[in-house]
Amino acid sequence: MSAGASTYGDRRGILGALGRDGLLQVILVANTVIMLAPIVIMVFSAFKTTPQIFQSPFGIPDFTQVANFAKIWSETNFLRYLLNSFFVTGTSMVLILTLGTMAAYAIGRYQFTGASFILMFFLAGLTLPLKLAIIPLFMLMRDLSILNNQLSLIFVYTAMGLPTTVFIMTGFIRTLPSELEDAARMDGASEARIMWSIMLPLVRPAMVIAGIQNVVPIWNDFFFPLVFIQNDSLKTLPQGLTTFMGEYTTDWGVLFAGLTLSAAPIIVIYILLSKQFIAGMTSGAVK
Amino acid sequence: MAQLSLRGIKKSFRNVDVLHGIDLEIGDREFVVFVGPSGCGKSTLLRLIAGLDPMSGGEFLLNGKRMNDVPPSRRGIAMVFQSYALYPHMDVYENMAFGARLMGLDKGEVEARIAEAARMLRLEPLLQRKPRELSGGQRQRVAIGRALVRKPQVFLLDEPLSNLDAALRSEVRLEIARLHRQIGGTMIYVTHDQVEAMTLADKIVVMNAGRIEQVGSPRDLYETPANTFVATFIGSPRMTLVDVRCEGERLVLPNGGSVHVGALPDVGELKLGLRSDAVRLSRTAGGDGFAGQVVYTEYLGDNAYVYVRLADGTLVAARTGPDDLFEPDHMVTISVEPGSVHLFSAGDGRRLVP
Repeated sequence: MSAGASTYGDRRGILGALGRDGLLQVILVANTVIMLAPIVIMVFSAFKTTPQIFQSPFGIPDFTQVANFAKIWSETNFLRYLLNSFFVTGTSMVLILTLGTMAAYAIGRYQFTGASFILMFFLAGLTLPLKLAIIPLFMLMRDLSILNNQLSLIFVYTAMGLPTTVFIMTGFIRTLPSELEDAARMDGASEARIMWSIMLPLVRPAMVIAGIQNVVPIWNDFFFPLVFIQNDSLKTLPQGLTTFMGEYTTDWGVLFAGLTLSAAPIIVIYILLSKQFIAGMTSGAVK
Repeated sequence: MAQLSLRGIKKSFRNVDVLHGIDLEIGDREFVVFVGPSGCGKSTLLRLIAGLDPMSGGEFLLNGKRMNDVPPSRRGIAMVFQSYALYPHMDVYENMAFGARLMGLDKGEVEARIAEAARMLRLEPLLQRKPRELSGGQRQRVAIGRALVRKPQVFLLDEPLSNLDAALRSEVRLEIARLHRQIGGTMIYVTHDQVEAMTLADKIVVMNAGRIEQVGSPRDLYETPANTFVATFIGSPRMTLVDVRCEGERLVLPNGGSVHVGALPDVGELKLGLRSDAVRLSRTAGGDGFAGQVVYTEYLGDNAYVYVRLADGTLVAARTGPDDLFEPDHMVTISVEPGSVHLFSAGDGRRLVP
């Protein structure tokens, strides 16, 4: 390595000038720019009128011009949509994480016949795009008479989220030392208490990963509300914002303002939870 | 009071039998060590006593009461795990309080017990720390403290020293011995290290392949091992076994000389067990004894071990003085102290009297 570096060092290529870590930095910076650019453009466009967006798509706007936001507030049920989105996403996430963690704990820890079959059953869900089943799902919801009801969305989202959650959580729970549970059992903890007081705090990082993995597509989902929900007061944000997307004309400025507002909560949640990714909760449990 | 009786305890995982009927009596305040090679079933037996795994057969009585179907926490038993198994998200105080609270003790009693355990184990300055902020030895003490606050009748310790470095190991070993004297409970200790077993135990249980080979005091096991397994397992360096033939009062190694050991049972072939301190080396080749060739010497400061290869290829360890160095490849003669040899049957390896 050192011999090669000195030979090529004379030419001062990009690798020679920056070294391996430097190249990595360049790639990471480029990646950051690529990832952030659409978000920045979205936020910029939210403060422009539609003609301005087309005249100077990348120009920095006048941030005092909040007409787009005012229009959203006055012309749509924005607050209603926002609350609906929160309700649907929140309930789905609570169900996904509760059921997913419980299922994963059972599959990962208890030995019973059919455990691996049940895991495979959940994993099979990973390969199945639920959107393919939209017509049977529609008929199912009709028969359950929960069309035009947010329950239909919650059920579908929960079913969609469980496979990844069970997959992530089972793998994680299996890595946790089982001596911890034995210790708790010796201490006289019931199975429910072991799950609640010992395992749950330890699997939190995995729950955050599973949560973020699921919360973004559910929050952004446009397809299922479009099919299941007709009542305006039940619409979710992505669906509600289509008011501004006309067949012939689209008010891009207002649409971007709406998108900015709808993306904000998810970005905030992501920033708040990202710390949990890094937290190594198990370090020090066992050597 | 804690009197344990294990009667015909069996354990199998699926179709593999791990324990083939263990019978053992353990008295009050005894320090019992289960020792044996990896996979001999000693940890499995400990987990059965703890109640963490169900038994496949047999009975476990504690003070005369059948415990087979009693859940772990109701047995009055506490366990220290090999990995310590401290709850990583709780500080030291909470780790110790968790079990005590689940016992239904009131707040004052929990605090009093933790204070006592912390004082005994010198954990007072560490009570607010998380396990990850502790050193290996400190974690070990917390794990013992967690067992202490439950005031159990029986302590189970599963290889508690195996994660510590050598220097700390002997220190914690002393600590555990002191603790046993101080609290006086019955302790069952699992290890694969025969030095730990010899230094700590009142009673050693040597296990092999799911069976008990011998139960006895460290001295019994060292001086009168019941069979070749115990003989080679206990003691360092290992006892050497030499296949020899009886001829009158002498033991003969084919083409390798013979030694005089006194009166012998008339069995023909047998195994001669030689510990390093029962062997004498002399530099003159061709004397009275087994002929051998020095292979290498281990110098240990206060003494040295010389390894000698006999005519049949067996390697014998002999303890010598530190100045008494033998060069490799030298021919030597091995004689034995007649009173300190062990004789085992050539067939099943059982000890032959004496």
